[in-house]
This record gives sequence, structure tokens and C-alpha cells, in this order.
Amino acid sequence: MIFQALRIALRSLRVNKLRTALTMLGIMIGVGAVIAMVSIGSGAQARVAEQIQSLGSNLIIVLSGSSNAAGVRLGQGSQLTITEDDAAAIAREVPVVQVAAPTSRGTAQVVYGNLNWSTQIQGVTADFFEARDWGVDNGRPILSEDVDGATKVALVGQTTAQNLFGETDPIDQIIRIKKVPFTVVGVLGRKGQSSWGQDQDDIILIPLSTAKKKVLGVSQANARSVNAISVKVRSAEDMAEAETQVRALLRQRHRLQPSQDDDFWLRNLSEVLQTQEESTKVMTYLLGAIASVSLLVGGIGIMNIMLVSVTERTREIGLRMAVGARARDILTQFLVEAVTLSLIGGIIGIALGIGGSNAISYLAEWRTVLAPQAVVVAFGFAAAIGIFFGFYPARKASRLDPIEALRYE
Amino acid sequence: MAILATEGLAKDYHLGPHTVHALRGVTVSIDPGEFVAVMGPSGSGKSTFMNLLGCLDRPTAGRYWLDGQDVARLSRDELAAVRNSKIGFVFQQFNLLARTSALENVELPLLYGSSTPRERRERARARLQEVGLGEREHHHPSQLSGGQQQRVAIARALVNDPAVILADEPTGNLDTRTSAEIMVLLQRLNREGLTIVLVTHEPDIAPFASRRLLFRDGRLMTDQRGEAQDAAAVLATLPEEELVG
Repeated sequence: MIFQALRIALRSLRVNKLRTALTMLGIMIGVGAVIAMVSIGSGAQARVAEQIQSLGSNLIIVLSGSSNAAGVRLGQGSQLTITEDDAAAIAREVPVVQVAAPTSRGTAQVVYGNLNWSTQIQGVTADFFEARDWGVDNGRPILSEDVDGATKVALVGQTTAQNLFGETDPIDQIIRIKKVPFTVVGVLGRKGQSSWGQDQDDIILIPLSTAKKKVLGVSQANARSVNAISVKVRSAEDMAEAETQVRALLRQRHRLQPSQDDDFWLRNLSEVLQTQEESTKVMTYLLGAIASVSLLVGGIGIMNIMLVSVTERTREIGLRMAVGARARDILTQFLVEAVTLSLIGGIIGIALGIGGSNAISYLAEWRTVLAPQAVVVAFGFAAAIGIFFGFYPARKASRLDPIEALRYE
Repeated sequence: MAILATEGLAKDYHLGPHTVHALRGVTVSIDPGEFVAVMGPSGSGKSTFMNLLGCLDRPTAGRYWLDGQDVARLSRDELAAVRNSKIGFVFQQFNLLARTSALENVELPLLYGSSTPRERRERARARLQEVGLGEREHHHPSQLSGGQQQRVAIARALVNDPAVILADEPTGNLDTRTSAEIMVLLQRLNREGLTIVLVTHEPDIAPFASRRLLFRDGRLMTDQRGEAQDAAAVLATLPEEELVG
């Protein structure tokens, strides 16, 4: 029965090709717009998710706090209040923490041959790579032997490698950082921009011990002090608990009274990015919703054409009834026609949407991600629109009186 | 036994406060194989009578048996099924689907019954050959002459092997010669056993039927049987020139 209705519907859609095409256009544009818009939104979402990845997932950064000497409060990090021992204590005593890596940082002019480049120098331990989810592209990472022996080895970031070495292979080359010669043992993997636009690849990593002794210097107050500790938490659910425990532990270790402020800062950057992710998600929904409006307009177009078609084909309906079509046969025929219109429009719209989102990512260089569920939803929506907007004209057709319909001029 | 029988068939229409008695009780019985012409001026009730015979409408009062079945009180859907299996319609305007081949037009009633596509095709093809259009099954109505279009319509009416053919002014849109050709076809089908009821107001068409019912003011005025004129003989007397064009 449905199969027959489909045949009848296809036959009558074929009869008026231009009108069929124009009616489909509305649905095509609607479905295409929904898919293109949602893939733009998903692309933005994917970029944020990638930034979270590049930052290192489940990362809490502990920064040295401000000093408060005799009521004069200096800025964040003005005093190195945290130490390598704090890092070791965090790793040891907070069970949800996977690893805690102390780092100290500074800026220095780096010289290779006749080239020089000012870049960030970070003194790190072997745990750093795990804490920050940072791999080594070429060569080897900094090992605990390097830290213990304060060896003069360095890993260069992609940007730094580009600027210092150009086409030359950096491995085993000698660079001078503050006149101290270092052997390059590895090139870091690419991290890209941080969420605030800083180039994370413009960096040189050296062992923490070497950094303190030879390059960045040692704090007068405490030789063990560091700028920051990167704390990697085992799972995302434990972030809040980890933060609480790390704070409590550090307050205890720093002998802070309940009335005193923290002398360190905890930064949970993935939280910031998760907020960003939320907002891009909202943007995706918004774009999808706006595009859906055009789908709705397409549906109204279908209803309009179907109404015209019912009026135009009144005699045909009368004839079909005279030769034995029941009201529900007529209803099915026109409903199937409307749904066929919207489904074919939907299929072409999907192609259009995929093409459109590719064109956008190519021309505007925006990242787009084709969401399969958006395709399915848009297609289902198109079918639903066909049924919804096709029903009224179809019912109108099925309720015609055969005698009146046959006499209709 | 009669194939069509009515008893006190009446139909009223309500137009605002007024009631129009379109048909005021018609009792008539038509036997299988009869060729009946229904005549009368406009407003005589002949169209209402035909609509009731065709199961397109339900009577206000009276009874109607079609092929032994009491159909006066059937629902809309039941009437549709009766129309599909028992009645073949031929209209003045042909009422063929445009941009649809002759074969597909003939198949149309079969779409609303239970038959396979192959059966449909075979039966439609056989009927088209019967009306002499076997060569033109893929032609669209716009590619056919008026007479050929009406032949397609007759093939369509025949395709379900109906109990009766109801033809409403089948020659109203055709010239004299083509009209005669259509009547030759209908007479031939009648001789083969088909029951035909034909509405006409053309005095030169009615004599081709063997029984003539005259309606006036919603009543059956006269019911006369007589020798039918042979359409083939009439066709032979017509000048050939009218074939041109």
C-alpha cells in the first residue's frame, strides 16, 4: 500500500519537475544550513577540546604566591614560596595526584653559531613530560639522571628550533644559554597556542638542577624553591578534591594560620577551558537553532505548494475517488508526496551541508567538524516537517466530495 | 435478476433554509446486458440519479441494489470499494491524468485494488487492445485525439471487469464522426454482454440505446424500449472528410 502510494507520489512529482525542485530548495537550504552551522560550532568545540589536551588534561598548576612583608603585598610570584619538597610532598601524600613536577622559569638569550634568540627557559624534572602530556618528537626527554647530575642538556620547542637552527637538525648541536654551553638532546612535540594566545613551542627545557646552578640562579631565601608545580590529577572527577587536598597540604607545610591568606596560587586551567567549551556548545546550539528556522520556512513552502497542488488537481482527486480510492488512499498519496519532497530535499541538503562546511573550512580556514548526529537529526527533522506540513493539504484533499471534485473546473 | 435495481430512490439537498428535492422516488430495474440511455433537461434529476447509480452519493430515501448487493446505506469507504470493483465511469471530459501514459491511465483503478504490478500491466494492455489503442500505450493524453482519449477512458472503465459502465455524456466533447465511432465501440461492448447506462441530452445519440429513460422534475417520466439504431451503419453514412485533422 505504502509502496503503491510512493509510486503514485513519485509519478506526480515527476510530472512537474521545476516546481518539485523549487519546493525542495527550501528544505535543501534548511537542512544544509543546519548541518553547516552545527559543523562550524562543533569545529569550535573541537578546538577548545584540543586546547585542553595541549595544556595537559587534569592539570592543576601551583604558583608561588605574593609575599606579605610588613603589610607590603607584592604581586603573584614575587616571592618563591613553594619548593621542590612541596612538589614531592604533593605527589607522595595526595592519593588522587598522579605526578607533581616542579619547574622554575626565566628568559634568556640563546646563541647557536651566529644566530641568537630570546626564549623562555624552563628548568624541569623528568616528571614534567608526564604532568603536561608533552611528548618528544625527536631525541630523548630529560631524565632523572640529568637532574641528579645537573647535566648540560636541553630540549628545544618547535618554534625555538625553527628560529635557532632553521633547516639544521638540532640534535647534538651545542647552544649557549647565558654563555653556558648545552647539548641539544631532543625536540619537543608541537603544542600550539595556549588558550590565551601564547606560543607554547617557544621554549627550551633544561634540567631543574642545572637551571638553578648555571642559568636562572638560586633564590637567596631557599635553594629548593621553584616558580611553579605542575600537578597532574588521575581523573577529571577528582579535580576538586585534589585542589582541596593540595591546598590543605601546602597550608600545613607552610605553617599558615587559619586567619592567613594562602602564600601560593592554584590554577585549574582546564576549568577555564571547560567553561569555554560550554560556551561554544551553546553557540553550536544557537547556530543550529537559527538554521532550523530556515528549515521551518522550507516546510511552510511545502505546505504552500501542496495546497496549490491539491486545488489544481481537484479533478484528478475526484477521478481517483470515482475509480475506487478511499479517503485514506488520497491522504496517503498527498502525505507521501510531501514527505518524499522533504526527504529528497533533505538528502540533497545533507550533501549541500557537507559541501558547505568543507567550503567554509577551506575558504575561511575555520575548523569544522561534521557531526553525524546533526546529519541524522536534520534528516529526521526534514521528514517530520514533511509529515507536519503535508498533513493539512492531504487531509483537505481526502475530504473532497467526489461529485464536486469531478465537476471542478 | 436485475443488475441494477432502485426502489423509491430519492435525494434531497439542503440549501440554507430550502430543501431541493432533486430526485423524488425513482423505481427502475435494469437487466444485465441492457444499453440504457438516461435523458432529460438540466435540473430533471438525471445527474443526481447517475451519481446515486455510480455510488458517488448516498440517497436520502429509497433502496438501491447493485449486482445483488444493497448499497444504499454503505459508508464512504465501502462505496469506494464498490465503485472500484463494480462500476466503470466514462466522463464527458475524459478525465485522464495528464503527462501519464495511456497504459498507466488504464491501470489507475487497479492501483486501488489488490493486484500485482504484472497483473495490472497485462490487464491494462489487454483493455487498450480491446479499444483499438494497443499501439499507443505509451502516448500521453496530449498526444492523442479526443476520440482516442475517450477510448483510453473506456479501457480504464473496463479494466476492473465492472458490472456496469456509467457513461456521462461520453460524446459531449466529440465531433459527429468521432461520436459515432465511440458509439460503435460501446455497442460492440454491449453486444459482448456489458451493461451500459449512458446519460445524454443529444437526440441523435439516444437512439443507439435499446432502452430510454426520460427524467423530468426529479421523476422518471417515460421508460421505453425499442430497436437500437446501429451505430456502425450511421458511421458509414457520414462523410469521410471529417476524419481529417
